[in-house]
Amino acid sequence: MAPLLQIKGLKTHFSTDDGILQAVDGVDISINRGETLCVVGESGCGKTVTAMSILKLIAMPPGRIAAGEIIFEGRDLVPLTSNQLDEIRAKEIGFIFQEPMTSLNPVLTIGEQIAESLRRHEAVTRKQALERTIEMLKLVQIPNAEGRVHNYPHQFSGGMRQRVMIAMALACKPKLIIADEPTTALDVTIQAQILDLLQDMKERFGMAVMLITHAMGVVAETAQRVVVMYAGKVVEEAGVDELFADPRHPYTQGLIRSIPRIDLDAEHKTRLEAIGGSVPILINPPVGCRFAARCRHAMSICTEKEPLLREIAPGHRMACHLGDSHLGDAA
Amino acid sequence: MSQYVLRRFLIAIPSLLGISVVLFVVLALAPGDPFSELATNPNVPPEVQAALRAKFGLDDPIYLRYLHWLNAMLHGDWGFSFVSRMDVDQLILQRLPATLYVIGSAQILALLIAIPVGVYAATKPYSLFDQVANTLAFVGFSLPTFFTGILFILVFSITLDWLPFVYTTNIKGTGILWVLEMIRQAIMPVAVLGLFQAASMTRFVRSAMLDVIRLDYVTTARAKGLGQAKVIVKHVMRNAMIPVVTLIALQMPAVFGGAIVTEQIFRIPGIGSLLISSILSNDTPVVMAVTFVFACLVVLFNLIADVLYGWLDPRISLR
Repeated sequence: MAPLLQIKGLKTHFSTDDGILQAVDGVDISINRGETLCVVGESGCGKTVTAMSILKLIAMPPGRIAAGEIIFEGRDLVPLTSNQLDEIRAKEIGFIFQEPMTSLNPVLTIGEQIAESLRRHEAVTRKQALERTIEMLKLVQIPNAEGRVHNYPHQFSGGMRQRVMIAMALACKPKLIIADEPTTALDVTIQAQILDLLQDMKERFGMAVMLITHAMGVVAETAQRVVVMYAGKVVEEAGVDELFADPRHPYTQGLIRSIPRIDLDAEHKTRLEAIGGSVPILINPPVGCRFAARCRHAMSICTEKEPLLREIAPGHRMACHLGDSHLGDAA
Repeated sequence: MSQYVLRRFLIAIPSLLGISVVLFVVLALAPGDPFSELATNPNVPPEVQAALRAKFGLDDPIYLRYLHWLNAMLHGDWGFSFVSRMDVDQLILQRLPATLYVIGSAQILALLIAIPVGVYAATKPYSLFDQVANTLAFVGFSLPTFFTGILFILVFSITLDWLPFVYTTNIKGTGILWVLEMIRQAIMPVAVLGLFQAASMTRFVRSAMLDVIRLDYVTTARAKGLGQAKVIVKHVMRNAMIPVVTLIALQMPAVFGGAIVTEQIFRIPGIGSLLISSILSNDTPVVMAVTFVFACLVVLFNLIADVLYGWLDPRISLR
């Protein structure tokens, strides 16, 4: 079966005063129906821009989709105009944003903000929209939904606002939910609740979820498949178990090593391993592998030739020159 | 809401009292008084002058005079204009409609230009439209109204002879003719004041819109597929209008100040020109009353702005 969403060779560029910033540079991602795909990577690696490019929510200009296809249910979204995309936004693909404190309009009631997408995409009366909104608020476990529907965002806590955001994204029952770091801005205890809620909703409605995160812990809990991005490119992709059991790309290995562990004895506890350095600025990115400067296994070829993403095991792809010898070792 | 309005209203009372004290003291310190004309009139004997001064309490200590004035004001007695030989309140009521008509129309014109132009320019920043609008706005608020006013008179009244350059309250003709003439004679003063206001307001609306347009909740609204027009009007404009309301309220004193100049240029018999003429003729009760009316109007517009905040921003009215 064809995947629900297939991103092929996506390049999203931003023109800046210093030159063209290649925020996303040839990304391939596909999501199957009903699947949870996590996209991980540190800040500035192009996760959010990739997600925002799907519905053209990046600022254009300065942003621009320079190349690639985004095929959703057999239709390429890239050539569509903003008006044509409006038919897909919220109705087919829902969005949950990172910052619940700033992602809701402060001067409109939350009920109005949920109901407006219902009224936009479905033939409902004001009253029906209100009923559906209350129903959604109950679904995301907001207590006293009938009363709260008329409240403004500032009357809710961060966690409650993120529930509202989820209700908003789910209102039209889209086939795909893109959640851009939905728990990053929340307390740890609330994070778990929100992730559970997302899982619940996903199972109830049978949606696919594209979850963008930089927390490997979140990945382990929720994902079926994981895409690791670095500096605007996909560096590794695998099923979640395989990725954690056998990470092949040095960057993925670094990410996994940087998770705090509580299962080690006190004497085995060492300093948390961090990946030194930071993501290169993507204006005139380095030749060869973009991770080479931070990679502990860097070889001479790494700064000369760009490693290509290739399948190294069924369903496991990665982009590293090391893979060749690594595979050789394993054989 | 009504409680909020009431509270703002009560806060306005002490500020008006304070303003009246300052006005009164400044006027008392200024040279000249209503009877200085009598002093130079050889037909009025000095003892009559002294008796009149005593009768009107002109030589009382300043706080006593202020209390007298306040007491009279509270009883609806605004004083008597010695120059115009009529009650001050009558005089002001006669002149106020012309001022409110011109200023009101100018503000409406300014809003009708500034909001659509500012909003559209912000949706397409750095486009040709935006550049042209910005340049015109810059030119607009660089040119003072006394300059553009005279320029307009020169072009439209003298050279082209399209519009009258003296504003009159005794229009000949009735019914529709009267209305047309009222509009015709107001075109230039309203355009001069309105365009000047529109220039600074356009730039402010544009920057307020640009501040809001990049906020997260606007992206949220876009992600709902609402369409550009609805996103801009429902999600951006309403938020952007909050600082714009502040600006308009803060600009009101300047608007009245500008109106004084414009009224002089176009000979509009409004309270602005009344103020100038009464200052020149030492008609203190009128000066006091007109400046106080201006103060009341400014306070009133601030009050309206406060009420508008409450309506525009739900986070405010609850406090």
